Amino acid sequence: MGRSDATALSDGDAALVEDLLAGSHRALARVITRIENRAAGYRGIVAALHEHTGGADVIGITGAPGAGKSTLVDKLAAAYRDRGDTVGVVAVDPSSPYTGGAVLGDRIRMASNVGDMDVFFRSMSARGQLGGLSMATADAVKALDAFGKDAVIIETVGAGQNEVDVVRTADTVAVLVQPGSGDDVQTLKAGILEIGDVFVVNKADMDGAERTLAELEEMVHRRESPTKGLDGGHHGFEVPDHPDDGTDGDGEGDETVWTPDVLRTVANTGEGVAELIETFDAHATHLRESGAIESTKRRRYAEEIRTLVRSDVGALATAEIERRGGIDALADSVRRRETDPYSLAAEIVEPIADCVDDGEL
Amino acid sequence: MSAEQETRAVRCLVAKVGLDGHDRGAHVIARAFRDAGFEVVYSGLHRAPEEIVQAAVQEDVDVLGISILSGAHNTLVPKVIEGLKEYDAFEDTLVLVGGIIPDDDEAELKELGVAEVFGPGTPMEETIEFIRNNLPERA
Repeated sequence: MGRSDATALSDGDAALVEDLLAGSHRALARVITRIENRAAGYRGIVAALHEHTGGADVIGITGAPGAGKSTLVDKLAAAYRDRGDTVGVVAVDPSSPYTGGAVLGDRIRMASNVGDMDVFFRSMSARGQLGGLSMATADAVKALDAFGKDAVIIETVGAGQNEVDVVRTADTVAVLVQPGSGDDVQTLKAGILEIGDVFVVNKADMDGAERTLAELEEMVHRRESPTKGLDGGHHGFEVPDHPDDGTDGDGEGDETVWTPDVLRTVANTGEGVAELIETFDAHATHLRESGAIESTKRRRYAEEIRTLVRSDVGALATAEIERRGGIDALADSVRRRETDPYSLAAEIVEPIADCVDDGEL
Repeated sequence: MSAEQETRAVRCLVAKVGLDGHDRGAHVIARAFRDAGFEVVYSGLHRAPEEIVQAAVQEDVDVLGISILSGAHNTLVPKVIEGLKEYDAFEDTLVLVGGIIPDDDEAELKELGVAEVFGPGTPMEETIEFIRNNLPERA
């Protein structure tokens, strides 16, 4: 596929990409800024980086505020570094919907990697774009991946659809829970539970850890059972990681099933961090060996393409609205009963639809 | 055609360097910056100059505000500025210092490349205004 104008690379940007690939931290930081800003030319940069990506294990960490995400990420980064891996971290924090301002505090906990440039930590804020955050995060992860990071960690509060979308851009998702959050575990059911590949009870030295562990175990196993009955198989209570019947290679949903692990950590002391990394590795291996990685990536790229196309077509429509006198004028004509929203929408989309029908777009 | 709107934000690092545990001022500044619509990265206490450099480079901040109340500014600030230069990040970072800085030292810091020094009692609006007017030009 050729490059269109939107992904054309200026000389300066080509040099920036080159510097990033050559290992310049400054260039990497600058590229992420361009991505965050949606600044002119950023699409060309991300497009140029794409072919250099795919080498990193991408891990998402999510959980309620105070669950200990930042501290755990710090310890994870240190453990990765101990075994010689380089690490990128993207920490996402909410921003004020009123002023757009934000205090990005996750960096405070990064105490184990002082002065180690091979841990590249970047704070990002939501900047209020609908759906834009997950795109920006995914693009920032691409930059870190292309830079050559072995592991990239995305850290975000698991508070809403936006955050769920963000963490879904990771290959492996860990959901952090703190002990004694009995009712919190219940609320996890909505949305967050489905995306967890690993559940972590952090601060496991606190009261109530055992109970929270047990509740999570129960929930994880309950989640498998509803679909289990449907495929006619007779797996019994425990689903083995690698059933001996194998997979037939194509078709989604046929991959071997990954049963989420429930682990305990004490991020402050580093307890359980090694086991957690082992589990991340096991999940990455599972994704590769079962072929699930392909369908995961296909789904993610499909979503990316759709989001981009939707936003671009939306912009075309916005331009068409402007040509017709602007949205306020159109709304007024509807208010005066001169026309109706359906007819107007059809009129605006018509030129675009014509191009599609003619195969010109 | 690029469809999206640019969403540029002013990014600041509010940094505490060295053995100085007084961070009330840094907190107040961080909040004021946030309310002004800036994205503020706070370093936390007792950071080494290398950490500040690491953070400023990785976060690609427009503004680095260093808060020092310990009197060690003559040792610490030059190290930070040296570090920024090492990573090619000094030219387009606005470096500010806040805290108790004697007049003679202020002149010296400015000589080094600190854009402005804000002492006790500086109105918040003044600092924010200064940042808005002196933001580094960036491609």
